[in-house]
Amino acid sequence: MSWVNAILQGVLLGGLYALFACGLSLMFGVMKVINLAHGDLAVVAAYLALGVIAVTHVPAVWSFVLVVPIFAGLGYVLQRTLIQASLNRSVLTTLLVTFGLSVVIENGLQQFLSANSHSLNIGSLVSDSFSIGSQITIAYLDLAILVIAVAVLLGLQYFLSSSKHGRLIRAVADDREAAQLAGADYRHIFGIAAAIAFATVAFAGLAYGMYSQFDPTIGTDQLLLFAFEAVVIGGLGSLWGTLVGGILLGVAQQVGAQINSSDQILVGQLFFLLVLVVIPQGITGQRIISRRIISRRSTGRRNTGRRIGSWRRTA
Amino acid sequence: MSDDGQPLLQVRDLTVHHGQLQALHEVSLSVSDGEVYAIIGANGAGKSTLLRAIAGLDPPTSGSILLDGADVTRMRPERRVAAGIVMVPEGRRLFPSLTLEENLLVGSAYARTGPWNVKGVYELFGWMRDRRSQRASQLSGGEQQAVAIGRALVANPRVLLLDEVSLGLAPVVVRRIYSLLPDLLASGVTILLVEQDVSQVLRAATHIHCLLEGRTTLEGPPGELTAEGIEGAYFGLAAGADGVPGPAGGHA
Repeated sequence: MSWVNAILQGVLLGGLYALFACGLSLMFGVMKVINLAHGDLAVVAAYLALGVIAVTHVPAVWSFVLVVPIFAGLGYVLQRTLIQASLNRSVLTTLLVTFGLSVVIENGLQQFLSANSHSLNIGSLVSDSFSIGSQITIAYLDLAILVIAVAVLLGLQYFLSSSKHGRLIRAVADDREAAQLAGADYRHIFGIAAAIAFATVAFAGLAYGMYSQFDPTIGTDQLLLFAFEAVVIGGLGSLWGTLVGGILLGVAQQVGAQINSSDQILVGQLFFLLVLVVIPQGITGQRIISRRIISRRSTGRRNTGRRIGSWRRTA
Repeated sequence: MSDDGQPLLQVRDLTVHHGQLQALHEVSLSVSDGEVYAIIGANGAGKSTLLRAIAGLDPPTSGSILLDGADVTRMRPERRVAAGIVMVPEGRRLFPSLTLEENLLVGSAYARTGPWNVKGVYELFGWMRDRRSQRASQLSGGEQQAVAIGRALVANPRVLLLDEVSLGLAPVVVRRIYSLLPDLLASGVTILLVEQDVSQVLRAATHIHCLLEGRTTLEGPPGELTAEGIEGAYFGLAAGADGVPGPAGGHA
């Protein structure tokens, strides 16, 4: 029964990881930006919630009403300025710039808000739970986070598949130049995608702040890494893949903890490496890759043209 | 519209570089309302570069582009769509992960007001309605080309730029696409097209403009041009072809 419990706790933890991973996956899928500041931004969201709570005295769980829109706005502005400017140079530049952003955020937080750890105080909700049988205990908070993660993914899925701007985001992700020829300013569309990604980061940061203690260094030490692992395990560019990846990572970690409480992280990393070796495209990656091959075959000439185009630009 | 005799689209002394390579040398052209203006030339002649520059994708080194007398040379490509310059790019470039209908809807997202809409495109291409939820990547080359034209039409262009629509398509499909041109003209769209297939163009165009290695070698209405003259201008064989010797070598 304790193994069943470990797996169940892993599934619940997976919701949190999926919440972290979906914004990372969206930014990579749409603008090919690997945002190395992703974890630190989640920490900033948690600190921002502390500030919102201190000023407005709202209960911690309601802090998202302010934090999420602020982060969406921040995402749009950051994308239109810093990230777009680095994208204009090269995709590799965005790696350096977001890495720099990560360092600046982490040290800025330490400088101005100290290295002390905090948490978002949600009262007794942090420990309230219900039991199934004698071995399995499920915390309401953990369950709520999983439900929120699934709700966020469902919302994202609906937005991307059914709304006008979701359609434009997918079009720009497919072919930026062709989208321009359809009248779409891809920089604005990128901004919208970043706003959504940042909103999910804010949700993730708030959830983490309620779930556990946070300090300025946790963003790169743990959150970014887990988000990356969830994305890679699940398959790049697939929303539901991030949920699958997050859950598998969570289960691996909890099973590790069941073996030996100090092995939690280690087993998670080993599982991640195993996936990389055996199915490098991720659990749900297959379909996307085969689709790319189909589209390449049917527009063979286009790729020739592109190759020439890139050669011309570098010549 | 330009009833005062002013050309709808004017290109003046356009020069475009791709890095060190000069793709266009001071090319000028003038397209009037209701024309089918055809740019012909061999691989690497600069035809696509010229069209991409007009659409705003390749920034010119010098020269200017005017739409209805207004300078659009420095305008971003998406703003040109709003102004009425819409391009069907070479290789069709549909959004492969979107459905047929979604491709058309993206085309109409920033459309000008005008006669074309998604429904109108479904009427023009009868087969599309039944297959609208199919992914663009699953369509045949000819079908993709039709969707690419539809995606441009729903933006209600004043000038429609067609970049090598016949490329990689069976002759019967090419003929079918060219047979659409009268319908498009009747709806008030002016057409500027680039083509390697000269015989097709001679039947459809009101004006021929031949490029060779980035320079204009010949232009005029098809009725005034001889087959020998076009051949010479196309391949750079004749003495009058701007003095450019040798065959038109291409790297594409």
